[in-house]
Parts: sequence; structure tokens; C-alpha cells
Amino acid sequence: MAFDWSSIPGSLPILWQGMIVTLQITLVGALVGILLGTLLGMLRLSPSRLLSGLSAAYVTIFRSIPLVMVLFWFHLILIPLVAGLLFPGKRLELGFLTALTAFSLFEASYYAEIIRAGILSVTKDQFNAGLALGMKRGQVMRLVILPQAFRRMIPLLLTQAIILFQDSTLVYVINLDDFFRKAYNIGNTVGTLNELILFAGAVYLVICTLASGCVRQLHRKLTVLPVK
Amino acid sequence: MALASWVVAFVVGTVVGVMRTLPGRILPSIGACYVELFRNVPLLVQLFVWFFVIPDVTPILGDWFKQQVPPIWQEFIAGTACLGLFTGARIAEQVRSGIGSLGPGQLGAGLALGLRRRQVYLLVLLPVAYRILIPTLTSEFLNLIKNTAVASTIGYLELAQRSASMAETTSRVYEAFAAATLLYAALNLLVMLLARALERSTALPGFLGGRK
Repeated sequence: MAFDWSSIPGSLPILWQGMIVTLQITLVGALVGILLGTLLGMLRLSPSRLLSGLSAAYVTIFRSIPLVMVLFWFHLILIPLVAGLLFPGKRLELGFLTALTAFSLFEASYYAEIIRAGILSVTKDQFNAGLALGMKRGQVMRLVILPQAFRRMIPLLLTQAIILFQDSTLVYVINLDDFFRKAYNIGNTVGTLNELILFAGAVYLVICTLASGCVRQLHRKLTVLPVK
Repeated sequence: MALASWVVAFVVGTVVGVMRTLPGRILPSIGACYVELFRNVPLLVQLFVWFFVIPDVTPILGDWFKQQVPPIWQEFIAGTACLGLFTGARIAEQVRSGIGSLGPGQLGAGLALGLRRRQVYLLVLLPVAYRILIPTLTSEFLNLIKNTAVASTIGYLELAQRSASMAETTSRVYEAFAAATLLYAALNLLVMLLARALERSTALPGFLGGRK
């Protein structure tokens, strides 16, 4: 069977719009995810039983539910419910917002685990040393532990962002036009579905291979000699 | 479906992972290409390739597949092939690092005893590597279970899908989705517990985490 690639050049502008949506979801998901994840990671390690228990519950719950189900939950129930409470009687275009919230909250649970491991990789002596210098716990965290932890975590955080970039294709199930869904729709209407699916796959392959190559380089550069 | 693709993934992962540790250049680089390809394309895109593109471009088998095989089996086969090969790429990386973690000494010792390379892998390296890898393999299996939900987007009637159709007939969306979500969570917790038991019963003395 022959392939007909002629429909791809003409549809590039539309595909680019989809790519922007994909990139927005990735960026927001990664940033909010890292912020929330840092918070969750620190709570997990806090001396308070209640706080660490809550954080652990959050992380376990989100990690044991498939992302697709999380998206469905937000799409069908949570976001319409909240929107109904805040703006009663209005019909809003919520798909994009749903995706952003769902991805941010979902990724936060994954980032929390990375960040917890990062914090734990800094030795306890440093924490005690900070306390001995008269710093408060918060200050030690912010000024001593987190900078070192983040330096070690950067490659992992970026890898997780690449995974997020790939997972963002799943907004397909909540009818949001990201890059892949745009490609699929064009293929469906023009009748060259195979070509567009393969093309989309190739685009993801190139972007992700390049990105993970960069992360590998960065990892090599950032590695500090192990501190005993 | 999770079990069927796990078998595929396990076999593929082992073969590719071993390939990457062999001497020579061609086999390891084929293995590397496979891993890069399957890890850098989103799962959803891969599912669409398996479901739409492959039956279309393979001449005889594709026609037979589209006409003779009932739809549910079509989706099952496409989903299993996709999830199996996708997870296989991940397992390959883990098998490689598992074998790598054993160091060259064991391979050398096996060869010195007069075993062939294949025998060393089958009798010495793989059994030890698998035991070390049980925790990571477990988390891969958990991922696989979660990914079956993705497979449902191409229509396979499984948990997520079944609850969606339940919702249509009873219009009780909340209960249906709560049920499906709980089922996934329960399934994952069960696997986690089983794996922990398995880990304990196969732990090797002398390694970190082994019996004291």
C-alpha cells in the first residue's frame, strides 16, 4: 500500500496550533507539579504525623489511579461541579482548564516522590549543622537542603517533564485538541489517517529523543563529586 | 489483557536487554534503537499505529485481521501487542542494568567454568538479575495495569470502558466511575502486596535487602 504524504505540508499551521496546546499543558503541568510536589515532598518528611500521613495518602492515591481515569474524573465531575458553584448558570469552555488542573495535580504526586528522594539524598549532618548554626528549620530547608537537592534532581525532573509531554496526548479522551488529536482529525477528514498518525509519531520521537539527549548531557555536566 | 501483555513484555524485554549487553556492535545497537523508538513515542500514538496503520499496510494478514477477526479480539490483539512491546522496551532497560549490576566477574567465572555464553546467561546471570529486579519489575507491572486504561480508548471493553457503558445505561456517572477507580486502586494494591511477598521469598542472602 502506498503512502500519500501530500496532505501534511498544508496542515502544518493547524498542527502547530495543536503543538502549542500540548506545550502549554506540559509547561504548566511541570511547573505547578514541581511547586506542589516540593510542598508535598517536604510535608512527607515533616515531623508531624498528620501532615506526612496526608501527603503520603495524596501521593499513593494519585499514583495508583491511571491518568486516564484522573482526566475523566476532572472532566466529568470535579471541574463542572466547581464551575457550577462559582459561576452558576454559565456554560464555559472547560476542556483546557480541566487538562491543566488534572495534569498539575497528577504530576505533583510523581514530582513529590522525586523531590522526597532528592531531599533524602542530602545527609542528615547538613541539617543538623544548619540547626547548630542557629537557623530555623525552614531556613535550613530553603537555604541548605533544597538547593543541593534540586541540583541532583534536575535530570530526573526534566525526564519526568518529557514523560508528561508524552502523556499529554491522553487529553484525547476529554476532547481537547492537542497536537495528536489535531493530526488525527485532519487524517480522518482528508482520508490519510495512516500518514498523519505516523507523522505525529515521528514528531514525538524526534522531540523526545533530542530532549532526553540534552538531559543526558546536562546530567553529565551537573554531577558533582559525591560528598561524603 | 494486562497478563497477556506482561508475558509479551517479559520475553521481549529479556531478549532486548540481553542483546544490549552482548559483545559486538550490531546487536547492542539494534537493541538500543528498539528501546529509543518505543520509549520516545507516546503510548497513545503507538496504540493508534497498531490499531489503524498496521492492519492497513500489511497486505494479506491485515485484510484477514480486519474481516475475519471479531472486533473485540481485534482490539485485544492490537492492545496486547502494543502494551507488550511498549513495556518490553522499559523492561529491556531494567534487565540491562540488572545484568550490568552483577559486574563482569560472574560472566567471566561462568565462561571459565566451560559454560557457553548462552548457558552463562540462562543459568547464572538472568536468575540473579531477575531477583534483584523484582521491585522495579513490580512497578513496571503496576504501570502496565494503569496503561490498560489507555488501551480502552481504542475501544477494548475493559474496566474503564465497561464503567463508561454502565454510566450510559444507568446514568449514574458518579457511582460507575468511583467503582472503576476503586477497582484499579485495589488491583494495584493487591499486586503491590503480592510482589512484596515474592520479593521476600526470593531475596538473595548477601545482597542489600537480602536476608540477614
